Amino acid sequence: MGAKNHITVALAGNPNAGKTSLFNAITGSRQHVGNWPGVTVEKKVGKYTHKGIEIEVVDLPGTYSLTAYSIDEIVARDYIVEERPDVVVHIVDASNLERNLYLTTQLMELGTRVVIALNMVDIAEKRGDVIDIEKMAGFLEIPVVRTIANIGYGVTTLMDEVVKEAQKPEHHEHEIGYGKEIEKALVKLESIIKRDTHLVGIYPLRWIAVKLIEDDENIKERIEFSPVREEIEEFLAEIDTIDFEARMADKRYEAINAVLPQVLKKGEVGMTTSDMIDRVLTNKYLGIPIFLILMWGAFELTFTFATPFMDIIDLVFGHLSGWANENIEPAWLGSLIGDGIFGGVGFVLIFLPNIFILFLMLSFLEDSGYMARAAFIMDKLMYNLGLHGKSFIPLLMGFGCNIPAIMATRTIEDEKDRLITILVNPFISCGARLPVYLLLAGAFFGGQAATVIFFIYIFGIVVAVGSAKLFRSTILPGKPAPFIMELPPYRLPTLRTTVIHMWERGSMYLRKAGTIIFVFAIVIWSLSAFNGDGYIEETEKDIDEGELLVGDGAFEGKGRFTVLEDGEGTFTGTVLETVELKSGTYEKDRYYEGIELMEEEELHGDGTFEGECEFLSDEDGGRYIGEDFTVEESFAADIGHGFGPITSPLGFTWKMNTALVFGFVAKEVVVGSLGVLYGVGEDEDRVSDSMEDDKDFSPLVAFCLMLFTLLYLPCLATVPVIYKETGSVKWTGFSVGYGLVLAWLLAFVVYQVGSLMGY
Amino acid sequence: MAPVMPLQMAPEGKELRVTSINAGRGLTRRLIEMGFNERALVKVLNSHGRGALIVQLNDARFAISRGMAMKIMVDVA
Repeated sequence: MGAKNHITVALAGNPNAGKTSLFNAITGSRQHVGNWPGVTVEKKVGKYTHKGIEIEVVDLPGTYSLTAYSIDEIVARDYIVEERPDVVVHIVDASNLERNLYLTTQLMELGTRVVIALNMVDIAEKRGDVIDIEKMAGFLEIPVVRTIANIGYGVTTLMDEVVKEAQKPEHHEHEIGYGKEIEKALVKLESIIKRDTHLVGIYPLRWIAVKLIEDDENIKERIEFSPVREEIEEFLAEIDTIDFEARMADKRYEAINAVLPQVLKKGEVGMTTSDMIDRVLTNKYLGIPIFLILMWGAFELTFTFATPFMDIIDLVFGHLSGWANENIEPAWLGSLIGDGIFGGVGFVLIFLPNIFILFLMLSFLEDSGYMARAAFIMDKLMYNLGLHGKSFIPLLMGFGCNIPAIMATRTIEDEKDRLITILVNPFISCGARLPVYLLLAGAFFGGQAATVIFFIYIFGIVVAVGSAKLFRSTILPGKPAPFIMELPPYRLPTLRTTVIHMWERGSMYLRKAGTIIFVFAIVIWSLSAFNGDGYIEETEKDIDEGELLVGDGAFEGKGRFTVLEDGEGTFTGTVLETVELKSGTYEKDRYYEGIELMEEEELHGDGTFEGECEFLSDEDGGRYIGEDFTVEESFAADIGHGFGPITSPLGFTWKMNTALVFGFVAKEVVVGSLGVLYGVGEDEDRVSDSMEDDKDFSPLVAFCLMLFTLLYLPCLATVPVIYKETGSVKWTGFSVGYGLVLAWLLAFVVYQVGSLMGY
Repeated sequence: MAPVMPLQMAPEGKELRVTSINAGRGLTRRLIEMGFNERALVKVLNSHGRGALIVQLNDARFAISRGMAMKIMVDVA
């Protein structure tokens, strides 16, 4: 066999040992490294060439052993055991040798080629630890390389060793002796397994025997169809496997403890800085108040700090849109670019600063190590609410985006706990919903906007928690499983890494704006600009004597104005017949300025009318400027009207229905759609104005619309993730259906009660 | 001989030794893999009354919920 020129290397190790940092140092990727367990929930692959050899590097989720408990660990274990990478780089946290070496003993047993990256040696040495690398490598019969992954120290040496190791045959000679009795059992088991020639080819004999005694689920599945299965089971029934297993674990630690004192001279371990910070941040009395202040501060900054940036973006898109509408010919193209693209996409981009600042806050909390503490602080509360302590991090991440949040549930071992966390996650208000609240609250609640938005966020949390309680007492009964989670030491994130992390997540929103929202802005514009007869054009024309016209625009001339069912308008001119309207009585032959006509009202006059109405010209005819087939008659309106019967008890109009239908794609599309449908698109103020002018759009309706947007559906990108993580069509369907029903019911109650109370 | 007690009831700041784990097979294995093997030395850094604990094990810090801490038996080393 010649030298391999293509090798695969898996990075394995305990959580927080620095696998992802090392991965980045090797492959040069800027993959984010969080400071809490469960950063890598899926394996990541990177390629690089080391001295002419192509190396595929696979970063695996952290794991304490090769027996998997949670889904992220299964990913790691399956890869090492099933895929058999050429070399496993075992990242060992130098400041935590004993526990880390337990995984080493398991890797040794598996017979894989292992290279140890003794990581974070700087931290250990600063503390006064002295580690004899040579001796360590000698005892373990495994190459050991000192690394400081976050600055890239030792990486080249490490890869040299990896390449060297890859050329060696797999070796099984270094194994742990488990004592006479167990060894006898292992030999017996091996002799039985040996007869299943299929199994022998896949795994080392001894390893299978050990795993069988350990009652390993995965291996048990493997022998299900083995011809020697019965014999194995008979033998296992004869021995006390539980006792054997305990003694085997003991022996492994014994082996570690026999080696450790000879290679490691420990320095002074006093109270670390991390412990001192913990004294304050996780204090019995101060913990929760500090947490709340941090959350409130993050929230406050997200809103106030973003304002000037929002204004700038707003201004730019306002100008672009106006320019496109005026200067691009033909008119429909101008409208497509101005109203559709700059309007729809630009309107969503206005909220980019909010999103980025929100992600900046979350990144900082994660990278510093505080996130794991927050889970600790909230554990008791979470437990009382029927949620698992580890559920807290995915829920908190949900404020950024529900997708990584749902993926992060993989660190939760208990299936029920995990399922509940997945199901309630979409009720946590993600960053994409923020623009909807900002728009609606800004338009209808003025100075109270921030309070209203805060309330909506709280409401989402209450719904999530209430749902968890409900699920616990109905479909998923039981108590949250006890939990144990390693707390990483605090570290001060550098500005660079935090900003990179923010960018990586925030840019997803930017990419969304450039792709899916861009496409849907055009779709929505098209649907609102076209009907069965083609493009709905703004026209300017003379109306002849006795002609009837239905439209939305301005009319000048003499005639009869009948306001449409859903319409309204104003008239300035001479009233030709005395008329009694809701706004007052107007006498014949007198001149009035700005008479308000409400729906289905009629007036005969000579002057200018502006609004939606049927216009029947008198003998003189008149002049019209506007859309004679309005957006009211577009395809978009048909869609919206179609949902009318369902949403009218919630006070929603067709425009809102249409926006919500498209909002399934991504929640920020609700804003983009409202922007396009209210016709003026690009400028936040003008959309707000035109929404305020819509008499069906009251603060109550706006509030219900916010509630509905919060709850009604996980977005298009989240649904497949829910499916992937639950592995069940049933639960995915449940998640969608439950949200819809809940959204409708709550919006219904709020709207009806609110209406009765006169809002 | 110091009395054996669940970790949940152990005093803060004292050096403790794990004597046994009273849990199912899977959880016991899990705890051992995380380093809570018999004779391991631990210290309760922070006990929230009836809530979770922060426990030091060698150089690692763990958050352990009350239910879990009831299963880990210790005595004062």
